[in-house]
Amino acid sequence: MKQYLKLAWRNIWRNKKRTLITLASIFLAVLLAISMRSMQKGTYANMIGNAVRFSTGYIQVHAKGYWDKPSINNSFESDDILDSLLVNNHNISLAVPRLENFVLASSGDHTKGVQIVGIDPNKENELNNISGKITIGEYFTADDNGILIGDGIADYLELSVGDTIILLGQGYQGMTAAGKFPISGIFHFPDDRMNNLLAYLTLNTAQELFAAYGRYTSMSIMLNHPNKLNQTRHNLQLALNNEDWEVMKWQTMNKTLTQEIAGDNAGGIIMLFILYVVIAFGVFGTILMMTMERRKEFAVMVAIGMKRFQLVLLLVFETIFIGLLGVLSGIILALPVLIYFNVNPVRITGAAAQTFEQFGIEPIMPASLDPNIFLYQGIIVLLISFVASLYPMIYIGRFKILDSLKQ
Amino acid sequence: MAIIDVKDVYKTYTENAVPVHAVNGVSFSVEKGEFIAIVGPSGCGKTTMLNMIGGLDAATKGKIIIEGEDISTLSPAQLVDFRLHNIGFVFQAYNLIPVLTVKENIKFIMELQHKHKKEAEDRVKYLLEILGMKDKIDVRPKYLSGGQQQRVAVARALASKPKFVLADEPTANLDSKSTETLLDLMAKMNKDEEMTFIFSTHDQRVMDRAHRIITLEDGKVIDDSRKMRG
Repeated sequence: MKQYLKLAWRNIWRNKKRTLITLASIFLAVLLAISMRSMQKGTYANMIGNAVRFSTGYIQVHAKGYWDKPSINNSFESDDILDSLLVNNHNISLAVPRLENFVLASSGDHTKGVQIVGIDPNKENELNNISGKITIGEYFTADDNGILIGDGIADYLELSVGDTIILLGQGYQGMTAAGKFPISGIFHFPDDRMNNLLAYLTLNTAQELFAAYGRYTSMSIMLNHPNKLNQTRHNLQLALNNEDWEVMKWQTMNKTLTQEIAGDNAGGIIMLFILYVVIAFGVFGTILMMTMERRKEFAVMVAIGMKRFQLVLLLVFETIFIGLLGVLSGIILALPVLIYFNVNPVRITGAAAQTFEQFGIEPIMPASLDPNIFLYQGIIVLLISFVASLYPMIYIGRFKILDSLKQ
Repeated sequence: MAIIDVKDVYKTYTENAVPVHAVNGVSFSVEKGEFIAIVGPSGCGKTTMLNMIGGLDAATKGKIIIEGEDISTLSPAQLVDFRLHNIGFVFQAYNLIPVLTVKENIKFIMELQHKHKKEAEDRVKYLLEILGMKDKIDVRPKYLSGGQQQRVAVARALASKPKFVLADEPTANLDSKSTETLLDLMAKMNKDEEMTFIFSTHDQRVMDRAHRIITLEDGKVIDDSRKMRG
């Protein structure tokens, strides 16, 4: 084996310029492919992260029928079996209960439709750092009876911290929900739609307002390993009674984002395919030339006792060396750049930023350092190199010794 | 007992739909330890004969039996193995592997045979000592003269102690001094290790050193004469 590795390594450097040009083409393609995928995956992760934190969680548990008809009447009561499942599942890092309902918010002559979200202040803050979004006033504690409103609502209703807001709506099972609440804080999220729509009460306060004591509309779940989402959702659904519960993953609840990502990802894959074709032709050309110009040498080797499969093995090593060198150099150069953009994401401005904000997503493009991006690029380029060397391998299996010796 | 038995062998090529009879009913036997020159004008079938004995080409008709085994019955893969363990080849154009050093070229076949490393190293040193090329042990072929390259090629052929060596015009590109050095080495191996040599050649210097000369003309043996060994 050592003999083949030595021969293969020296063979690829016979024509240094040609090998370096081939390596450069692989290197550039890998660099582009990794950078592109890293930015794409990083952006997707940011989009998904924002979406799951501010809205759905990776998984959400509701009472059966809530998703199709999101009414407080489709809320569910605190449940021991559910609590036990959430505590004992090792992939669940956080389970955040919410009670959501729509009300009219009023102050002076102004009235506005508002979505009230009753939250556990500590868990919700752990999930999406609302306290960090408070621009005026303070974040509340678990037994606080104040309200947090978006700056859009505050502007519209001409309210500030310390003022009182009137909420009027329908509670659980048709009960009247009415109350006045002091404004503890005003927040600002990247998405103005949220600033114009959302207001937070503590869970207890919201349950009291809507006469939904001990009830929730959803339980949003965060995961330690989002890649095991399907398995975790499946396990929860199996353990819960299908008649009473629905366990949904974020892709089902946020189809717009899922489709947005799928569409963009498809574009990325087409670009990758083009890059891979460039790599394939580069490697194919080099390996073919390396084979054809050594026809006589191969014939001599077979004449003196080298088996054809040993020659094929030699060619495979040569191909792997070229592929690996290209891939490794691409990864080594891409890595520090991507680490930089992971720590300091590209901030998007202008119309593109507005598009992000419409989805409730912070307008940044962080690079992803997911090892799979690097691993898959390496494997794909090696596979391409191997496929590109198939024809030369077939040639080695079939060439006629005497014809080649006569060259 | 003959180690090579060529029995009524024919080789016919088709060139532009015209049959060409390169070897036309040749028969001869080779005993162990012989030093044979196959001679004759260009196109008389010398190289074709050597290629068939070496299993690089197949006879159209007839048999080539080596140590009791009809090589025409061997598969291509078996033939490669057969060549590896029985035959040493020396080509007119040296055909060393350019990316390997002198030592690595000579060891190449022994490594294919999985010979013990120490045994292979000793053999390389021994052969380079005889060839007077110990100082070139780590040099690549492109830095050697034609004569030096051919000496390395011969050392490669002899290194694994094959049953016989087939040398196709080995001295055609060499000067007198290199030719003499090369022939001295082969004569020494022939004498010391009872190695059998078969040359195809036009070179009178080779014919002078040969113990037996087989003359071909139009693909037929027209003379097969033995000399008294000196």
